[in-house]
Amino acid sequence: MIGFYTVMEAVIAFFLVAGGTFALIGSLGLARLQDFYMRLHGPSKTTTLGVGCSLIGSMIYFSLTNHTLSLQELLITIFLFVTAPVSAHMLAKCALHQKLPHHDRTQGHPEEFDEELEDPDTGTPSSTPAP
Amino acid sequence: MIRSRSWLPIPLLSVLLLIVWLLLQQSVAFGQWLLGGFLAIVIPIVIHPFWEPQPYLKRPFLLLRYYLRVLVDIVIANLQVSRIIVDPRRRPNPAFVVYPLELKEYFTITILASTITLTPGTVSAHLRLDGKSLLIHTLDVDDPDALIKEIHERYERPLKEIFEC
Repeated sequence: MIGFYTVMEAVIAFFLVAGGTFALIGSLGLARLQDFYMRLHGPSKTTTLGVGCSLIGSMIYFSLTNHTLSLQELLITIFLFVTAPVSAHMLAKCALHQKLPHHDRTQGHPEEFDEELEDPDTGTPSSTPAP
Repeated sequence: MIRSRSWLPIPLLSVLLLIVWLLLQQSVAFGQWLLGGFLAIVIPIVIHPFWEPQPYLKRPFLLLRYYLRVLVDIVIANLQVSRIIVDPRRRPNPAFVVYPLELKEYFTITILASTITLTPGTVSAHLRLDGKSLLIHTLDVDDPDALIKEIHERYERPLKEIFEC
């Protein structure tokens, strides 16, 4: 007869291993993908789920051992989900502004690469030079 | 919905602050309710002058469904991106896609852009200055038009129903 705690231990282990794997794959993506824009996809997505899985594991573990519902981890998840897209967006925006080269097989050529970025206040091209 | 009053200018923010406070303290003792309630009333009053008016939440239950859908999509997105990264033979077809926006409020556009970044193979890269189109970078796409249609059906329309209709 397998006890309740054994089953929960397996569940916690599953979440921890899954979280670790996703975080690892996300970091691997940083090294393996070809250009800056593609590399952005790794950390902005896989690490979110990686941290999320670890936090679910932590939630179950501390709820069981302390015999109280442990919900602090939910806050971490929420703040992470709110901030991760913003940082990814800002990174992408900076890359566009600097006109970083993209991989040859990228379809589509946004006009941001051609034109000078306009200053939102005056409507004149900003003086930031391309590197 | 709770009406906003002079001593409770932003009711939703107050509720959120109270919940966050109780979660952080990990206790529902009377003192924590008191302290959390005090903060939940004082903080909104202090920051109210700097607060931009947010769009009115028309259908809260649709928002709940939207959250669940995004949550499921985040898991799917992760599996897809992981497969692309791990499989050495697979050569991704990245693309820049210009997505025409129908939403008008900046707040809803922000939610849409964040959703796009968290979900399958896309990172929102740049909001054009006119606020009418969003530049998206996708990791692996065959048909950009199908992607635009999918985002429209799956995310933008529900958001429009929730906030702007």
